[in-house]
Parts: sequence; structure tokens; C-alpha cells
Amino acid sequence: MPQYTTFQPKPYRPRMSAYWYLDQWNYLRYALRESSSFFVAYFAVITLIQIAALKAGPTHYAHFQALMRCPVVIVLNAVALAFILLHAVTWFMLVPRVALRQVLNKPTPDIIASAPNFMVWFGATLIIALFILGVF
Amino acid sequence: MADTIILEVERFEPERDTEPSYQSFEVPLRADWMVLDALTHIKDHLDGSLTFRWSCRMGICGSCGMMINGVPKLTCETLLMNFAPGPVRVGPLVHFPVVKDLVIEMDDFMAKVQKVRPWIVRKDDFKPAREFIQTPAQLEAFHQFSLCINCTLCYAACPVSGLDSNFIGPAAIALAHRYNLDSRDQGLEDRLDIVSQHEGIWDCTVVGECSVVCPKGVDPSLAIQQYKLTATKEWFKSFLLPRGKN
Amino acid sequence: MSSAKRSNEPIVWFLFGVGGFVVAYFLPIHIMLYGLAFPLGLAPDPGYGKTYVLLQNPLTRLYLFVLLMFCFFHAAHRMRLTLSDILNMRHLNTVLAFLCYGGAIVGTVAAIWMLAVVH
Repeated sequence: MPQYTTFQPKPYRPRMSAYWYLDQWNYLRYALRESSSFFVAYFAVITLIQIAALKAGPTHYAHFQALMRCPVVIVLNAVALAFILLHAVTWFMLVPRVALRQVLNKPTPDIIASAPNFMVWFGATLIIALFILGVF
Repeated sequence: MADTIILEVERFEPERDTEPSYQSFEVPLRADWMVLDALTHIKDHLDGSLTFRWSCRMGICGSCGMMINGVPKLTCETLLMNFAPGPVRVGPLVHFPVVKDLVIEMDDFMAKVQKVRPWIVRKDDFKPAREFIQTPAQLEAFHQFSLCINCTLCYAACPVSGLDSNFIGPAAIALAHRYNLDSRDQGLEDRLDIVSQHEGIWDCTVVGECSVVCPKGVDPSLAIQQYKLTATKEWFKSFLLPRGKN
Repeated sequence: MSSAKRSNEPIVWFLFGVGGFVVAYFLPIHIMLYGLAFPLGLAPDPGYGKTYVLLQNPLTRLYLFVLLMFCFFHAAHRMRLTLSDILNMRHLNTVLAFLCYGGAIVGTVAAIWMLAVVH
């Protein structure tokens, strides 16, 4: 009688690359989108500094304004704005349709969920801008 | 147009290899061939030891999922000519253990799908006189999420599935969601206990690739985010209105 | 079945979710004006006086508190996930959670302290 040995499965378990997000353009887009969070934190801290400077007096606020004029800070702010705009656009295209689907309980075109958010965004931007510019 | 194309196929023989390697095959480039046809040509004429799964060859059984140039696809639905002049890299679905060549071990996935109780759960013993009537609107509520063919392309596409093998994954969550939305089901609470865990919905970071690669338009990412909304609502309810055993 | 088995992540996710909207609606204009337009002279800076008066309004302070709190909590959650998944620090999950959410709490407390203390 032939000697049979028990089957010992030896599957190959691949390891995920540490740079997996570079393998696909969609993964890289995801990584960039998530990186916007660092710039959100950055400008929140800048705003805290601005509030502190405002409370401390005109000279301190002038220092803050000078800091904002530094070329490095300007570049950082421009990059931050780009990332936060990326966040806003991807957010409005992804999140509202989930809430809409939850409420309506049936498939609807994504634009119905996204478009009102863009409109609110423009409205909010306008109103806050008018307050900041001292029109109100 | 050239009349042949090179396929670089990942080979792994468990009794012999410790790591996979690539083997090149030259196959005819026919206008009406899918990648699956090229693979069956290799098996029939070039190398009978090439091992891969396939069945219906029409995109409904979910057997033939593989990585084609790094993207998870159903080989029966992927036109070979799209990759001309080639070469085309064909590999087993990533984020799964590889049994041999292009065949993956799916036991883990099967266990995850079963874990979410993918059946109608009733808390009473209601027995309808005929079938359980549903309006078209009630069907529309969950229909999209019932289209899953268990091809596991979404698991291959999801980076979290690769980073955390405990993540129950897009298909399992979409299936649980399909039953939650079914008007005949009363299993929401039971499934929340299982799915509202770290290795359930909360591991998902909305990469969205699962919905991109799904061949049936299930949109598991939508199901997962909806599930997060449901779980959050239930969390607030249990926090603000604590109730005893129900 | 007990619901105590369920994760407590919903509260964090909720703050992250609402924060995502707050950040998207309101943060861009702040950067556009205070971060770029005023320093580059593309728009007239209202100056210290008007801005200071604006800050005195309790509604402004409430708005700034809500904006900053949600900025910190939204960013904290996303930063934690980015560091854990994209920069491969999953094994440091507890440390990351402590640093990120702790940082958000520190930032929010700083905001409350600065905005609630009447100058």
C-alpha cells in the first residue's frame, strides 16, 4: 500500500508594500486627500495665534501680519488652501450622497446631494468674507 | 495590429517554491478574446499546469477575479485587446493567501460573510399566508446591495484589507447592510453588535476603491458609510436613552 | 444582545463628520483672506481696529470656537488614520490616538480660554 502523507497547505502570504499608496493613482489621490488634515490643523493653529495677537494689542497684531507676509508662510498658506479646497470638493462629492441615500432609501443622482452643498459653500464664503472685510 | 500578445503570469507551486515568480506566455491576440480566453488557451495548449478559477465566463459567478496590471478585475469581462501591444501582468488577487498560481484561499472571506448573519432575521414567528409581500419601493431600498457575486475584487482593491486581515471588508458589510435595509428583516441590532466594531465598519477610511472595482455596481463604500450613520444614530440613542434588555 | 460590545468610535466619527462640513464651508475663506489676500495686498485689510471690534462680538467668538473645535477634531481623526495607514504606524495606534485626540483637546481648550476670557 502506498504511504500517503497528509496534505500540508503552504499558501504564500504576500506582505503589503510600505509604499502601497504609490502603486495606483487612485491610492495616491486618497493619500493626498487625507493629507489635507495636516493643513487644517496648521491653519487652525494660525487662527489661534491670530486671536492671541488681536487680544494682545496693535503691535502684536502687526507682528502677526508681518508673519503672514513672510514668503515661506505665504507659500505654506497657498499649499494649505489648495489642500483644503481638495478636501471641500472631495467631501461634497462623497459625504452628502450618503446622507441623502439614508434619508430617501433609494438610489438618486449624486448631483442632487452635492450641488446644494456647493451653493451653501459659496454662500458661507461670501457672508464670512463680508464680515471679515468689515462691510458689516 | 499584431496577432500575438505576451501574458506575464504569476506562478507559485507550493510544494516547490517559497515565493511566486513570473512566467511569460505568447498567446494569440484575437479581437473577441477576454483575458480568461488567453488563460484557458495557455492551459489548453501551452502549459497544462497553470491553475486558476473560472466558471460562468459571463460575469455572474464571481470565480475569475485576478489582478490584471495591478488592478483587480474579472478576467471573463476584461478585453485582451485593451492591453495591446502588452505585455499583460496577471496575478492572483492581492490581500489573500495564494494556494497555487492564480488561486487564492478564500476561507477567511467566507467566514467574514457568514459572521454578519446574511439572512432574514425575525424576532417574532410571523408566518405570511403566502410569500412575504414587498412593495417595489421596499425592494428598491436594498436591491443595489443584493447584487454582490462574492468575487472579492473589493477586498483586493481595499488597502485596509491588506493592512488589517481582521477587517471584515466591503462585501461582508454591504451584505449586512442589504439585510438591514430589507423590510422583512429584524436583525439590525444583532448585526450592529458584530459590525460596529473596530474591525467592522470603523476600520474603513473611505478610500473608495472597492466601489470603483465592483463589477456589479454594488457600491460597498456607500453601504459602509451608510452603516456608520446607522451605527452612530444607534450609539446616540443608547447613550441618551439607555434601555434595558430588549 | 448587549450593546456594550459595540465600539465607541461613533462619537469620534461624528465629530469628524460634522467637522468635515464646518472645515469645508468656513476654513477656505479664512485662508484666502487672512493667509493670502491681505498679506499680498490683493484685498483691503480692515486693520487692527475693525478686526478687534469684530472679535468682541459674542457671536464671532461662538463662531470661532465652533470653527476651531471642529477643525481640531476633524484634523485629529484624519491625521491619526493617515499616520496609521499611509505612514504605516498601525502598531502605534494607541500612541497616535493619544497624541492626535489629545492635541485636539489641547487646541480646543486653548480656543475656549482665549475666546471666553473677555478682553
